[in-house]
Amino acid sequence: MSFVYYLINGISLGSIYAIIALGYTMVYGIAKMLNFAHGDIIMVGAYAVLNMTIYAGANPWVAILVSIAVCTLLGVIIEKIAYKPLRNAASSLAVLITAIGMSYLLQNLALLIFGADAKAFVNIIDVPSLVLFDGDLIISGTIIVTIVSCVLIMAGLTIFIKKTRQGQAMQAVSEDRGAAQLMGINVNGTISLTFAIGSGLAAIAGFLLCSAYPTITPYTGAMPGIKAFVAAVFGGIGSVPGAMLGGILLGIIEILSRAYITSQLSDAIVFAVLIIVLLVRPTGILGKNIREKV
Amino acid sequence: MKINKTAKNNLITYLMVTGAFLLVEILSLTGNLTYHFGGLLVPICVYVIAAVSLNLVVGISGELSLGHAGFMCIGAYAGAFFSKLTDGALPDIWRFILALIVGALVAGIFGMLISIPVLRLKGDYLAIVTLAFGEIIKNVLNVIYIGKDSRGFHFSLKGTMALGLEEDGMVIVNGPQGISRIPGGSSLVAGFILILITLFIVLNIINSRTGRAIMAIRDNRIAAESVGINVSKYKMLAFSISAALAGVAGSLYAHNIAIFSATKFDYNMSILILVFVVLGGIGNIRGSVIAAVILYALPEMLRGLSDYRMLIYAVLLIAIMLFNQAPAAINFRTKIKAKLSMKKNERGSE
Repeated sequence: MSFVYYLINGISLGSIYAIIALGYTMVYGIAKMLNFAHGDIIMVGAYAVLNMTIYAGANPWVAILVSIAVCTLLGVIIEKIAYKPLRNAASSLAVLITAIGMSYLLQNLALLIFGADAKAFVNIIDVPSLVLFDGDLIISGTIIVTIVSCVLIMAGLTIFIKKTRQGQAMQAVSEDRGAAQLMGINVNGTISLTFAIGSGLAAIAGFLLCSAYPTITPYTGAMPGIKAFVAAVFGGIGSVPGAMLGGILLGIIEILSRAYITSQLSDAIVFAVLIIVLLVRPTGILGKNIREKV
Repeated sequence: MKINKTAKNNLITYLMVTGAFLLVEILSLTGNLTYHFGGLLVPICVYVIAAVSLNLVVGISGELSLGHAGFMCIGAYAGAFFSKLTDGALPDIWRFILALIVGALVAGIFGMLISIPVLRLKGDYLAIVTLAFGEIIKNVLNVIYIGKDSRGFHFSLKGTMALGLEEDGMVIVNGPQGISRIPGGSSLVAGFILILITLFIVLNIINSRTGRAIMAIRDNRIAAESVGINVSKYKMLAFSISAALAGVAGSLYAHNIAIFSATKFDYNMSILILVFVVLGGIGNIRGSVIAAVILYALPEMLRGLSDYRMLIYAVLLIAIMLFNQAPAAINFRTKIKAKLSMKKNERGSE
């Protein structure tokens, strides 16, 4: 039964990675940039929920909504100030280094505002645990909420991209920005919308992550952010179902290696997976192969 | 005697480093050097070497590497490992020199290995793979225990007890505690000579056929390939040399302090070195030297600033990128320049 337990834990952690990876993969698909600051937006979201519930005494739902609003705004502002001016820069290193700078800026601002010490995150998910097989297998409410949210987000996002005009615009911009502009699509608006959705999802991921692992520091978001990028690459960057698949597989790999090999090496194993995937199939599991044109 | 422009430029760099070294030596001999600043000298040399070698990859080869600290870590472990084994068996100076070479070789070999997946990737993917590599190195070295006794080497992932050492045994690598009681060897003179050697290697590569090939690949890979430049070979070369030099820096670092662990060489260290490279000017070797010295020494001297240090670096990083690279900013600067030169011409015609 312990294997099933680990598997479910892995799916739960993987669901969080998947939600973060969705933000990464959408931004990467449209703006063609690796948003290093995405992981730190998770941290901002988690701090927002923590401060709203503990210090302002807000209702959990209000806290989560405020956190989503804060992160959405932050994501859009970051894109406008730091990334947009560099969109047509000659060197592709420029925007990457700016993103790293942004990530550092967020971490160090959080360090100054909230302090370096880890704060306890109070779990505000009030869902009863599921007891199966006469108590052999207990699935906590947090895990249920995490997995259900991931499925809902995934379904909602797929419908949004396939069925709405904004979603179609996103697809068009990610395929060919120039042509999309000629067709009358507001490219700047679409990119802003993508950052907004990605950052909003990061807020949810931050809340779920800190509910499952209840401490928070200014560096909380960095590692899950990088791992979520690994998940996005694993599943095929730019692909929404790929991000979901990659995230869940990565979560399972991490939890199982933590349980059966050693917890100290689980990060190394996750990163080794990335290197192997890129060696064997650089476009990821569900990614499309794009040939480079001269 | 006529000296061409690059030779003159390089000479200025060498003279600058030598001048700084002599200044510090004079200060130290006349007793004007505080104990605190004296302790910063070798780390400064370490960061200068690291920054110059990273610039070879970021500036000359045009690839963003986020795992430079990983190579330093390998160099530090390899060098310290060698030193601990041969301590007493070799004269101190030879042991130290050989330890540096071992550090460089092992890090260079790892650089070559990691450049195999790197060759297939570019840009963002490459950055994330180097980052992943640095994390793997840190994590793996953090759980390894190695000991040596009369029966040979013993490895374990569990702990020093699991090594099963005999009475005369010695624990060399002690898991999360890293390597301790490393025999010394690093000094400012050693650091200075190593900086000169690093500069000599890097500057000569840049101004050679090899360097021009590497830069051609950076500027346009397909065009470079079409004129017969072997892209894989040159990328691998740049990456391995950079890794080997980072290994030297790591080994120098290890012989300066008696004890260190792999956690010291984390992602933040890689970013710090990247900050030196970017603020000194991407592709500008002399800039890297100056930036590493100033940015490392300044916050250490101004303790009150240390809380804000990384915050300031982050803002500078973003600001410099926007100022130097954003098309709008570039246009703005060319406009200002055109206006200024127009005014000059007007004055000249009056």
